[in-house]
Parts: sequence; structure tokens; C-alpha cells
Amino acid sequence: MPENEFLLQMKNISKEFPGVKALDNVTLQVRPGTVHSLMGENGAGKSTLMKCLFGIYKPDAGEILLNGKTIEIENSRVALDHGISMIHQELHPVPRRSVMENLWLGRFPLTKIGPLKLIDDKRMYEDSMAIFKDLEMDLDPHVLVGSLSVSKIQSIEIAKAVSNQAKVIVMDEPTSSLTGNEVEQLFKIIRSLKKRGVSIIYISHKIEEILEISDEVTIMRDGQRIGSWPASELTTNLIISKMVGRDLAQRYPERHHAPGETVLRVEGLTSPFPKGFKDVSFDLRQGEILGIGGLVGAQRTELIEALFGLRTVSSGKIFVKGKHIKIKSPIDAKKHKIALLTEERRSTGIFPVLPIVENTVMANMNRYISPYFLLKQQAMSQDVQHSIDQMRIKTPSAKTQIKNLSGGNQQKVLIARWLLTEPEILMLDEPTRGIDVGAKFEIYSIITELVQQGKSIIMISSEMPELIGMSDRIMVMCEGRMSGILEGENKTEEDIMHLATKFMV
Amino acid sequence: MTTKDVSSKKIGSFFFQYAIYFVLVILILGITVIDPSFLSLSSFRDILLQSSTRAIIALGAAFVLITGGVDLSAGRMVGFAAVLSASMLQIQEYSHRFYPGMPNLPLLVPVLIAIFAGLLVGIINGAIIAWFSVPPFIATLGSMVAVYGLNSLYFDMKPNQSQPIGGLRQDFTTNLGSGYIGTGVYSIPYIVIIALIVALIVWIIFNKTRLGKSMYAIGGNIQAAIVSGINVKRVLLYVYAIAGALYGLAGVMEAARTGGATNNYGNMYELDAIAACVVGGVSTAGGIGTVPGVLVGVLIFGVINYGLTYIGVSPYWQLIIKGLIIIAAVAFDIRKYLTKK
Repeated sequence: MPENEFLLQMKNISKEFPGVKALDNVTLQVRPGTVHSLMGENGAGKSTLMKCLFGIYKPDAGEILLNGKTIEIENSRVALDHGISMIHQELHPVPRRSVMENLWLGRFPLTKIGPLKLIDDKRMYEDSMAIFKDLEMDLDPHVLVGSLSVSKIQSIEIAKAVSNQAKVIVMDEPTSSLTGNEVEQLFKIIRSLKKRGVSIIYISHKIEEILEISDEVTIMRDGQRIGSWPASELTTNLIISKMVGRDLAQRYPERHHAPGETVLRVEGLTSPFPKGFKDVSFDLRQGEILGIGGLVGAQRTELIEALFGLRTVSSGKIFVKGKHIKIKSPIDAKKHKIALLTEERRSTGIFPVLPIVENTVMANMNRYISPYFLLKQQAMSQDVQHSIDQMRIKTPSAKTQIKNLSGGNQQKVLIARWLLTEPEILMLDEPTRGIDVGAKFEIYSIITELVQQGKSIIMISSEMPELIGMSDRIMVMCEGRMSGILEGENKTEEDIMHLATKFMV
Repeated sequence: MTTKDVSSKKIGSFFFQYAIYFVLVILILGITVIDPSFLSLSSFRDILLQSSTRAIIALGAAFVLITGGVDLSAGRMVGFAAVLSASMLQIQEYSHRFYPGMPNLPLLVPVLIAIFAGLLVGIINGAIIAWFSVPPFIATLGSMVAVYGLNSLYFDMKPNQSQPIGGLRQDFTTNLGSGYIGTGVYSIPYIVIIALIVALIVWIIFNKTRLGKSMYAIGGNIQAAIVSGINVKRVLLYVYAIAGALYGLAGVMEAARTGGATNNYGNMYELDAIAACVVGGVSTAGGIGTVPGVLVGVLIFGVINYGLTYIGVSPYWQLIIKGLIIIAAVAFDIRKYLTKK
């Protein structure tokens, strides 16, 4: 039998939901032993397509072929039996159990002792070690998963897929919470998977990564396939224009910043925890964007959460407009016109089941209190509608539950929430994480506009091009300490990396 | 997808959305089929009368459930308020008076004392939960036990020594109990009116005030509420305090309606209240719930209690049916969220 050109084919898949054509005649063909990237803005249909592959949705039309043979996938169990596995963006291991128990969960090797079937720990250990060795993973089967980094937990998931004889592994945003070093580790594992003939469907928003690891790229937009190309024929700009459907002249809006006087001064801020931030001092001027760069674990989030009163500090002073102030809670921070867009949109940002109206006004209800304690409904809905228009939030109505919006639109609602408090200092923690390219540019434009209105911005970002493209100055942190501030026009990624690893041995 | 599929889906989602209302109608129709005489104004009047105190307790429970908490002390607080108010509202001539020499107090004084007692216990609950971070289940379990102890101590004082409190003043039993506007079957009992007024006020709090929005926010995502600068501790304090005051009011009405009180009044009412909320679509995970939903939940149990007794179903069978409805309601309701995943 001749070898099939394609290992997995999804042919002419269509899927319609009431009111939306989520997938329109989409075809995805994956060659054996290759990395095939799937790109598109949020809402382009990538996840719907993958849900069809795992039987979570039943396509209205189209067929799925594995090695040239049509297969029916009713649920993810069947997909697994066919050798199709998925590594989800957010991993949910059992933290209080060991690596090997997580790896073999639900299919523990058993040994018969008389009438009893008991778990065979020895074989479980040996099988785990064999897989780890094969994939060159540095993991101890006995260690508790809760003590491991995201990257290691992801390795366990990949090992699990391999132990299931996976032929196709789907990776959904696998690098979204990995550090640069860990990404390299992941790519090493991916390359060794390729050598074993395993195909990877790689979903990511990070174009640089895609170009590095992919063999082929399929781009989707609005439920349709735009096309597939060998990665070697693509460039960053080409990918962006194909995803967005228009040419983006630039990835960052033009800036005409004229920083004014110092609005915020931080002196020697120190966390009570030994691994926390230490002796951090900096200034923020009016009408500037101060970027904060650094690797995961550099304590950037902890620092600005402390400035917002969400974390305690053991020493240090905060001055707003020259006045020494104390911030013990977000309520204090709001009084001093400071706002914070948190890093974890889902866990500390949105109220998933509440409508957009509530989500928008929640930080600012004081503004709508009328006599007799009632809220001014009309003013509230007017302001919310204004925010929806101004931010170009795509939603059926202001009463829609926020959980039904895309990540980018949720983020815009959260920015709108803080803008209603009329802040002078706006702290943004990874404001574009997990957001598609089009929405990213819109968020950049909003930020730039705010600066032009004289607001001051602190922005944490792990994407160095974004940090360089947006910031007036970049403060870089390493292991809780400030390792330097980059100024002027010629900031480079090398400069940032150099400072971000300054105190590491 | 054909249009037929779409419209059948729409009907399906419409049915999901208003499922509990259908359950109520089906229940009434079912009972009517078995005994047509059930469908009468007097039946409905009786059901409303019996549901009034339950509705007020359930609304109190809804406050707490929406913030993602739970309040087990409701029933015992109802009992405490019933005993407190009744003990101060006996007629002069009654031979076993709780306070033998006490002059008649203005009606409002004992009523307010009882409501205030509920408020106070609620404040303590809220403070323990908000400032000491004790899980609501444990905090209110503790106060449930302690309030019963306190109530029993009071009830056992000389000269009462745990005698059921009777001989209540007529102005009390009328105005907060059996009294009504109108005549015969065309009448509305006062306590139904009180319950409706309370429901209206609660509806306003839930929908039109900062407290209401903050409650839903805390239940919806407490971390996001903290980041948004909502004073979470204060909101929780208010919520448990208001709930306590409502239990107090319900206890007073329960004493007036039945014309007496013992320390066992209100036992396990908290579970009925939670059941009514849950059947009425309040999420025990917090963040979701409406006043009309809670009221319908209470009415469903009112119809079951009254209607099934009316057609002669054994009270033991009634318990089994109630239990199944609670489970079925949640299993059904949860589908709304599961299918969207």
C-alpha cells in the first residue's frame, strides 16, 4: 500500500450555529511527521474546527480522513483511540498526586494478586521513565505535580499523548505561559516527536514562533480557510495581512508623546517575602508609557499589584504628584486615581455570568448613586453604550453575558471599566495576552489615545516587540530587582534580554 | 442547518428559560385533573397565606446564596424571633404569662426587638465570614446551633420554663397573621401583602442599588470584585445582616399566624428556603438568581404542600416528591450552563 501523502485530512468541514456560520467549507491537510500551524484571529474558527476533530461538535458537512480512510469521531475518546490527542492551553493536572499517577490517570497498569486487581506501581514507574527517556524529558515520576512549573506539566501532557500512541497532537497556545528557555525545550520535544512520525497541529498567536517551528501554515479568517503555505514562504507581515484581511501598515500606532511632570514616584518598594520584589524605585511621568519587561518570575505582576493595594509591602514609599500616600487596598488606589488591568482576565477580571453593563460599571458605581440609594439606570446604560461604541466592542447587546464575548472584546470591556473611573495612572498587566492581532492593534490605539489625553501608563509585557513598539521607557526586572531602565529610540530585544537575566547565575 | 432545526432549538431554549414556570403550571393542572375542586380562589388564598413567611425566609436566603454563600442559621433565627416577639405580646389575662407583671407594649416594640435580634445575629454572621474568613457554611452552622441554645435558654426562663407561649394579643395575630383586606374568598391576607412588599424591596435592592450589583459581582467572581475596589467585607456584612432581619420578620409573622411559639419553631426552615431558591433558579455557586424565580420556587413548594394534601397524598410521599423535585430542578437548570460549553 502506498504511503498516504497526508496523515490527517479534514475535508470541506462546515458547521453552523444559529445565526453564525462558524466553519464554511474548511479543509486542513496534515502531512506525517510535520508541524502544521493553524492561525487566525480569535473567532476565526480554529477552536470550532478542533472541536469537530474531537467530536465535541458534529460538523454539518465534510469528512475526516486518517491515513486516507474516512473515520467517524463521536467523542474525544474515539479521537484518542484513533491516535489524535490534544494539549490544552490551560492544563488541569491533579496537583497533589505524583507525575506518574497523572500520566497514567484512568488507565493505571494493574497486576493481579489473587482475586484483586491492584495498581502496579513498579511497572507504572518503569513505563513512565521509558517515555521520559525517549522524549528526553527531565522528569521524576515520583514528584508531586503541584510543585512543578507549567512547562513540566505540559511535558507530562505530551508524554501522556505519546503513551496513547498519538499520531496527531494538537497543541493549543502551548507557549502562552512559558518562558523563552522553556519554549526552546518545548521545540526540542516537538522536533523529537516529528522524528517519530508524529504530526503536530500547532495553534498560536505568536508569529515569530510559528515561523520558527512550522513546516506548513494554514490561515483562517471568519470561518473560512484563506489558504495553506509552506512556512518558508511566509513572513510576519504576510501572515498578519492574511489573517486580518488587510495590510497593516504598522503593528503599533504612531506616537507623539510629550511626557510631562512626574506623577508617580516609587522609592525602595520591597515585598515581605524573600523571593518577592526588592528595593524597586522608579518614576512615572505624565503622558508616558513606562514598559516593564522581564522573564516570568521577575515579580513584575507582584510589584504593580502591590502598588494597587492587592499585596502587602514591608518597606518603601509611594508618592503621587509629590504627596506621600499609603495604598492598602484597591479602594485606596482608586481614590488616588490609579487603575489596574490584571494579568488574569478570567480569574481576576471578568464577572463571567454578569451582563456587559454590570461588568463595565462595577468599579465605578459611586458615580451613579442617586438619593435614596438607587442607581441612575439611564446614566449607567448611556455610559455603557458609549463605551461599547468608543471601544468598538463587538457584542449583540449590552445585556449579553461577558463570558460569551471573545477575549479581545472582554479585554476592551475591562479597559472601559477602568476608564470610567477616570484614572490618571493606568497599570496594564499583559494587556494583549491571548488576543488576536486585529484586536491587539485596537488596544494599542486605545492606549496611545489615552496617553495623548495626558494619562500615564505602566505596561507589563512579555512580548518584547510590543514592549519596544509601545513604551517610551522600559524598566527591566530580574529576580525581583530592577536591573535597568532603557530610554531613547534604540531599544533592542537584546538589551532587554541582557537586563532580564542580569542577576541570574 | 434548516430553519426547522433553528425554530425547534428556539422553542427548546424558551422552554429551558421558563422551565420552572411550566413546572408550576403542570403541577396545578395535574392536581386539578385529579380533583377539579382544587382550582378555586380559596385554595390559592390558602397557598399564598402559607407561602408568605416561607417567601420572606427564602428571599433572605437568596441574598446570601447570590454572594456565593449559604446561611444555615435561618430556621433557628426564625424560631428565636417567634419566641421573642410572642413572649412580649401575650394578653394581660393569660395565666402563664412570660412576663407576668409587664404592661401591654405598643405592638411595634416587640416586633422591632425581634427583627433587631435577627439583624444582630446576621451582623455577627457577616462579620465572622468577612473579617475572619470563616467559610459561610461553618460560620452559620455555628450560629445555627448557638442561636437555638440562646433561644432555649430564654424559653426556659422562670416562670415560663419551656411552656409553649400562647394567649397572644389579638392586634398581633390579626395585623401580622390572620387579618385580611376584603371579604370571604375575595380577600388578601395582610401577611401576603407584607411578603409582597418585602419582595418588591428586595427586587429593588437586587436590581437598582449598588449593594445589589456588588452582591452579584462577589458571587460571580470574588477576586474580580476585590480588584474592582468593591468593599467586599462591608457588602457581605450588609447581606448577612439584611438576611437576618428578614428571618426575624418571618419569625414574628410565623408566631402571629399560628398564634403561639416554641423554641422549636423554624426548625429546618433554612433547608426549605434553600430548596425554594435552587428550584427558582438561584445558583448555589453564586452570581445568579432573581426575585420572581425565588417566589415561584416558594410557590411550587406551596402548591405541593397544599395540593398534594388536598388530593390525599400521604405526607411521606410528599417528602419523596419534594426531594426529587429539588434534584430534578438543579439537574435541569445546570444544563443551561453545560450546553453552552
